[in-house]
Amino acid sequence: MLKIKDLNVHYGGIHALRGINIDVPKNKIVTLIGANGAGKSTTLRTIMGLVRGSKGKINYNDTDITNKETKEIVEMGAVLVPEGRRVFANLTVEENLTLGAYIRKDKSEIKKDMELVYKLFPRLAERKWQKAGTMSGGEQQMLAVGRALMTKPKLLMMDEPSLGLAPLIVKDIFEIIKEIHRQGVTILLIEQNAKAALEIADYGYVLETGSIVLEGEGNELLNNDEVQKAYLGETK
Amino acid sequence: MGMSNFLQQLANGISLGSLYALLAIGYTMVYGILRLINFAHGDIFMVGTYIAFYSMTSFLLPWWLSFLIAMILTCIFGIIVEKAAYKPLRNSPRISVMISAIGASFLIENLAIVLFGGRPKAFPIPDMFNKVVKIGNVSIVSVNFYIPIITGILLLILLYVVNNTKTGMAMRAVSKDYEAARLMGIDVNKIVSFTFGIGSVLAAMGGIMWGLKFPNLVPLMGLMPGLKCFIAAVVGGIGDIRGAVLGGFILGLGEIMIVAFLPSLTGYRDAFAFILLIVILLLKPAGLMGKNLTEKV
Ligand SMILES: Nc1ncnc2c1ncn2[C@@H]1O[C@H](COP(=O)(O)OP(=O)(O)OP(=O)(O)O)[C@@H](O)[C@H]1O
Ligand SMILES: [Mg+2]
Repeated sequence: MLKIKDLNVHYGGIHALRGINIDVPKNKIVTLIGANGAGKSTTLRTIMGLVRGSKGKINYNDTDITNKETKEIVEMGAVLVPEGRRVFANLTVEENLTLGAYIRKDKSEIKKDMELVYKLFPRLAERKWQKAGTMSGGEQQMLAVGRALMTKPKLLMMDEPSLGLAPLIVKDIFEIIKEIHRQGVTILLIEQNAKAALEIADYGYVLETGSIVLEGEGNELLNNDEVQKAYLGETK
Repeated sequence: MGMSNFLQQLANGISLGSLYALLAIGYTMVYGILRLINFAHGDIFMVGTYIAFYSMTSFLLPWWLSFLIAMILTCIFGIIVEKAAYKPLRNSPRISVMISAIGASFLIENLAIVLFGGRPKAFPIPDMFNKVVKIGNVSIVSVNFYIPIITGILLLILLYVVNNTKTGMAMRAVSKDYEAARLMGIDVNKIVSFTFGIGSVLAAMGGIMWGLKFPNLVPLMGLMPGLKCFIAAVVGGIGDIRGAVLGGFILGLGEIMIVAFLPSLTGYRDAFAFILLIVILLLKPAGLMGKNLTEKV
């Protein structure tokens, strides 16, 4: 579904991505793990057209999207839940969700999808009229995911959805990711929480200072010595 | 001062406040979206007034049609100013955009001097705006009633658009988080254009009504009102529409009351805005309605 070939990204003098190749097959969960500053967010931001690569190609459903506008990419069914939630703090929960459906015209379908989001996150339903900025971190994360779902995505990308959340809520978030996946959405997940991510992932990539140093099936990586040492804090 | 004089001045202050409010909204909306002080806003106001003037005097169109045309053309003009002077600098440092704004303002002013001539022009006032209405022994020119009414209607429409339409929602979203808005597929450029369009329509209407009240057009007529309305927007809390309206009314009423109650200070009426600005910046830097704005990165 998503194929990244030899992608390079520079920020001024910083070479943030050094020719990475990533393949996200349809209906799979793929995860990208790596230390702080490895280039994980940069990868997702480049896919969405917020950052431009200096070299390389991004293909989405066999269309070259390397130079497409963010809006066009969203319209093609790819969406990003950005790092740090980024809900619209001055808007209500319901308005945030409505804006998630900004590109859509199918009014009755939008309504149905909103009900689905409220079913997935009953917390949000209770807080329809609350300003997003006054909600707790966990609630904001739910809203960020719900807002992304309102675009009716085929590919859902999430940048550290569990960041700063209590372990119990992290578990919920991962359950919900699985649920969304069951409904036929392909998922590309970035996580600091490498163990949880690899457990639910079909395939994983390990990114280190802008290069992919390791890749493999979820369980495979989970049992890999280097990964365990570097990301799971376990020694054998 | 007698009661009748006071009421007369009150009507004056309210209509002046309305005009300031209309112009201040443009500053505050653009600032909300782009964190930019649109120094050319006062000039857009001037252009709107001149367009209405020429439609009436050169093209001999009826006043209402002239006003409508002025609003439409000024809307387009405002959008062009944004596309030419600000959009190319979307990712540049703030100081570059600010210099570009000042440049745009000078350019428009000087073009206006060349095109319209520096000599003052008399804005034609349709009869209905020029009637003297007598209530008891208070006589008030009818335009002073129309201005607050028209302003009120425009405000209601504006608040409806901003609070209840999808585009308005998108405007608020863009003003909060530009990038997150893009990630929802919002075309930020379109929203920015829309914002400039609205601000310019309000400026045009403000300018026209300004012409009806002070029918003396010169190319630099936008300078002082522009500056004062920027102050009104800051006093109210820049970025907040209700704040801009509040600031506009405080300024308009304050100015007129100085003239009314302290006639010896009449010469200082323009200074009122600046003193108010200093006081507010000292006491409540975020403005009356403002929350503490965090710098946008
Ligand atoms: N806008 C920017 N300008 C300059 N350098 C940047 C910018 N954004 C990211 N970088 C740099 O690019 C590198 C990769 O950053 P990125 O945000 O992609 O890392 P990350 O893997 O998401 O890290 P984290 O786990 O901390 O979120 C870092 O060295 C970072 O400092
Ligand atoms: Mg990151």
